[in-house]
Parts: sequence; structure tokens; C-alpha cells
Amino acid sequence: MKTITNYIRSLFLFELLKGLGLTGSYFFARKFTLRYPEQKAPVSPRFRGLHALRRYPNGEERCIACKLCEAVCPALAITIEAEPRDDGSRRTTRYDIDLFKCIYCGFCEESCPVDSIVETRIYEYHFEKRGDQVMTKQMLLDIGDKYEEQLAADRAAQAGVR
Amino acid sequence: MNALIELWATLPVVIQIVIKIVAIMLPLMILVAYYTYAERKIIGFMQVRMGPNRVGFFGFRLWGLGQPIADAVKLMFKEIVIPSGANKLLFLIAPMLSIGPALAAWAVYPFDAGIVLADINAGLLYILAMTSLGVYGVIIAGWASNSKYAFLGSIRSAAQIVSYEIAMGFALVGVLVAAGSLNLGDIVAAQQGSALHWFWLPLLPLFLVYFISGVAETNRAPFDVAEGESEIVAGFHVEYSGMTFAVFFLAEYANMILISALSALMFLGGWLSPFPEHWVDGVFLLDDGFHWLLIKTFFFMFLFLWFRATFPRYRYDQIMRLGWKVFIPITIVWIVVVAVMKVTAMPWWFN
Repeated sequence: MKTITNYIRSLFLFELLKGLGLTGSYFFARKFTLRYPEQKAPVSPRFRGLHALRRYPNGEERCIACKLCEAVCPALAITIEAEPRDDGSRRTTRYDIDLFKCIYCGFCEESCPVDSIVETRIYEYHFEKRGDQVMTKQMLLDIGDKYEEQLAADRAAQAGVR
Repeated sequence: MNALIELWATLPVVIQIVIKIVAIMLPLMILVAYYTYAERKIIGFMQVRMGPNRVGFFGFRLWGLGQPIADAVKLMFKEIVIPSGANKLLFLIAPMLSIGPALAAWAVYPFDAGIVLADINAGLLYILAMTSLGVYGVIIAGWASNSKYAFLGSIRSAAQIVSYEIAMGFALVGVLVAAGSLNLGDIVAAQQGSALHWFWLPLLPLFLVYFISGVAETNRAPFDVAEGESEIVAGFHVEYSGMTFAVFFLAEYANMILISALSALMFLGGWLSPFPEHWVDGVFLLDDGFHWLLIKTFFFMFLFLWFRATFPRYRYDQIMRLGWKVFIPITIVWIVVVAVMKVTAMPWWFN
């Protein structure tokens, strides 16, 4: 008896019609696609994008060349050279991040005792020739200056959990 | 208007025929181009995506309607790579052998009562011959490429098309028994009445077998083992690029449109209105007309895409089993049934 019902079901394409019904219902379903350049997905304050070096409100750079970020970086993307400045404070003379090596893990940001190196929300950037992927200290500071407001707000938003 | 008709009459017959051919080919080619667009859009929708929506005209996006044009231009400017081990002559002839029959079949296709390029008596036979010829393009393409994958693809497709040709032929035998004619116009005339007079009802099993065989004939999903991306890359057209590939593509889609149009003609009454004649006689748009044929054809064309979005590919032995052990017995039995219905002049359809 069972084989007969099975035979009849397969002959009348019962399961195939069921499948057609399923895809047919999705034909009218709402589409979730984000039309990317015009619409963008929301970004969390914790987003780990392009790096930046921050300054204190008085304009003094935060980084004290402790090299914790360089030590913790699993991809060895950070290169730091440091010397005492004329006023005797310890500062970096070189702070390079190779973005081809960087895996955007956020360890540098986490290890930083003065919240100097941070990862921003920026995820749209490109390089046009070989060598452009190395972010120098000046470039990082410029990004930090440009987005300081956003960076400060993002740090404040997660102040209790970091 | 009269001047135009006079001018038409003064033209040599050859020119008249060429103009008629262009009048059929040009809309067909545009339809093929936008069929590829519809395919991407519909399958996208069924997968909860948007489908192509960027390329438009003159800076307007228009839901991506410029996509097929962009694709065509891209393919035209691409290099045609001829493999070093390939038989150059056959390699270049294969795409033409593929598209030739797909377009030639339209010669006997009636678009409305009396509107047909060649009103021949053996129309159905001619159509059957032309759709079968398409397999040579595939076989020669696979052989001339001198590639394992292409060869496997063409072997598979040859076996498949030959198998389904039989079921398809038998389904058409049912139609010609029911209509009593091989002329496509007469076949439509025999379905006069309403939607319930059309041949899909008395020939229901043959109708299903015909359309499914048609899907198999055109190597479309779920019968696309000839292409089988996951096993043999792209099957018979792995080695083709640029315009030669585009011609195979055109042929495949032209064949799909042909099968859809033929199904509409032979089983859904062609240009006949689905409403009973005495209701809609002379009523604008509800009366018989080309638009009904178009709607029915589009319905079948949509089914092709719906199938592709839904079904996984058949295994090779399952394809052969379906063709030989299911479809052919069904068609043979139903031809006998149709013959009995015809001989006994069964009321409603055959009286």
C-alpha cells in the first residue's frame, strides 16, 4: 500500500509542486538587500576599522611610546621608534602601521594605557600604489584630529565595559 | 496607408520575405536579451535578493533595465579564444549550428490567425526537425573544443536530447491526432471554444510531458547536466568566449522561448481567448488576439525560470529513468486514449 501511495505521489510531482510553492512565496517576500553606496549598515561604537592616534584636549599627543601595542600586535604590523623630546618627555619618532599585515583584532587599542591608538569606524579606504598601505605617525594623527569628536563619543559609550 | 500597401506589392518577393524575417527576428532578439534580465531578476527575487539594479539609461537607473545591453556590448568586445588543439572550422561553426535551428523554427510559427511566414502543411514536423537539429551544435562544440569537460558535456547532452526527443515526439503525435492536422494554424483552430476546449485538458499528461521534455531539450535546470557547473565546469561551452559564447547563450534562450511559445500554441490555444466565444466576440482585448499568445508564452517562460530557482539538478541515471521509463510509457498510453476519444467523437472536445 505504501509503495503505491509513494508511486502516485511521485507520479503527480507532489513534492516538486511543494518546492515550487516555497520559492513562489519567497518571490513576493520583502527583500533585505542594502543598496550599499546609498544605504549603509549601522556601525557599532566598537567597530574596528582604520586606525588613528589621538591627542589630549590641549593638543599634546597621547602616545608615550610604551610599545605595548607593538608587543601585543599578533601580526607584527606596528613599528615604533622612540626618543626623548627636547622637553625631556618620551615620544615616538616613528609610528607605522602596515595595513596589509594588520588583522584588525583591536589588541593595540585594548593594550594602550593612555587610549592613544584606537580603531575608528572608517571602513572605506583604498591604496593606489605600493607603499601606500603603511600608515605613518602623521597620517594616524591627522585621522585622529579629524574624527576626535566621534572617537571620544565612542569611547564614552563603552566606558563602563572596557 | 494605401501607398504603403502598393509599395509593398511592388517589392520583390525575396525582399518581402527578408523584411518579414527581420520583423520576427528583431523582437525575438530583444525578448532574448530581456529574458536573461528577467531570469536574473526573478531568480534573485526568489532567493530574497534584488537582482541586477544598477545599469540604466542616460543616468537613470530604471531597475537595471540597461543590464542586458551592457552584457551584450561587453561580450561583443571580448576576445574569441580558440584553443590550440581545437578544430578551428568546427569550433566556429558549432555556435551557428546551435542558433540556426532555434531561429529557423519560427518560420512556421503563426502569431495570429493567418499571420505566419511560411504556412506549410507539415509545420509540426518541421518544428520537430528543427528543435532536434539543435543537438548538433552542442555535439560539435564539445568535440571541436578538444577538451575533456566539453566532450563529456556534449556526450551527456546528446544522450539526453535524443532520449527526450522521443517523449516529445510522442506528445506531439497526441496533438496531431487530436487536431487532425500538422499545420500549426489548424491546430489552434481545432481548439476553438473556451479555456476548457483547449488541448491541455484532454491531453493533460501529454502537455506535462511535452513541457518537461522541452525543459530537458533546452538543457535547462533541473536537466542541465550538459553544463553541470559543479562537475564539468560549463560542459560543452567551456572553451568558448566572447561572441561565440554569446551565440550559444542566445540559442539556449531562443530555444526556451520557442518551447514556451509552442506549448502555448499546442496546448493552451495560442491566440484564442480563454473566455467562451459568444461572451467576448468583438470585445476589445478580451477577444482572440496576439496578446493572449504573448501572455501564455510569458507564463511558460516564467515557469522555466521558476524551475531553475527551485529544483536541484537531476542525477544522470534519474534523467534517463524519467525519460525512458516514465514519460515514454505515459505518452504511448495516452496516445491510445486520445485515439479512442477521437474515434468515438467524444463530446465537448472532439465532436
